[in-house]
Amino acid sequence: MGKRIVFGVAAVLLVVAAAYANFFVAPTERTMGLIQRIFYFHAATAWAGETTFFVCFVANLLYIWKRNPKYDWLGVTCAEVGLVCITVVLITGPIWAHPVWGIWWTWDARLTSTFVLWLLYISYLLLRSLIEEPDRRALLSALFGVFAFLDVPLVFFSIRWWRTQHPAPVIMGGSGSGLDPTMNKVFFFNVLVMHIFAAFLIVERYVVEKMKNDVELLQREAEAQ
Amino acid sequence: MKNLDSVFAAYLIGWAVFFIFFVTLVKRTSDIRAELERLKNSLSRSK
Repeated sequence: MGKRIVFGVAAVLLVVAAAYANFFVAPTERTMGLIQRIFYFHAATAWAGETTFFVCFVANLLYIWKRNPKYDWLGVTCAEVGLVCITVVLITGPIWAHPVWGIWWTWDARLTSTFVLWLLYISYLLLRSLIEEPDRRALLSALFGVFAFLDVPLVFFSIRWWRTQHPAPVIMGGSGSGLDPTMNKVFFFNVLVMHIFAAFLIVERYVVEKMKNDVELLQREAEAQ
Repeated sequence: MKNLDSVFAAYLIGWAVFFIFFVTLVKRTSDIRAELERLKNSLSRSK
């Protein structure tokens, strides 16, 4: 418990430092101006969400292979935390888009694939809530989780494969792409901070899942008496 | 300071989503902990 509190306090302090860097260290972008500062939070949260879904995918594969319930707990934990991250991305994106594009939303490749990703992981959590038997629930949701992850590379490559409304990648986008050196440092600091914050949420959510399992075991013991 | 309201809204709503999720986690943890204690007590009484 003590270590978890220290981790939480450290994560929150890092978030405050990242917000300071976004507003007072990063230079103002020449074309978009102040609104571009949403980028550091929006893109870093997207990266953290996609990493979280990758951990979910690995946990799902390990559950299918080993049938250890701990992988099932990690899978559902990461699916939920990743879903929260992608929800934030889907909210901050349109707030950024409206003053720049003149529209809140368009069904372009990046936006649509991200929305589909959000729907897939909502379906993952809904599927779990519909199955009562723990082993069956774990196996079916692990199989669905592996399928849902297929959309993550699609989201990543969508702005590389198709030129639509969403801007082309400024990070790992090949020749002609890139950020101002200070913006680059601030962005990667945000990526690090959002990954640490997501890890904190994963730890807290995993504790809930472990305790739920303890309750189920005690309930079975009580019913057997 | 053009678009300051949009930047403020994005950060405020984004962090509010994380905060609400964290509050639900704390609530779920405390509910499950109470249920765990209740079950442990009822099992120890019946033994």
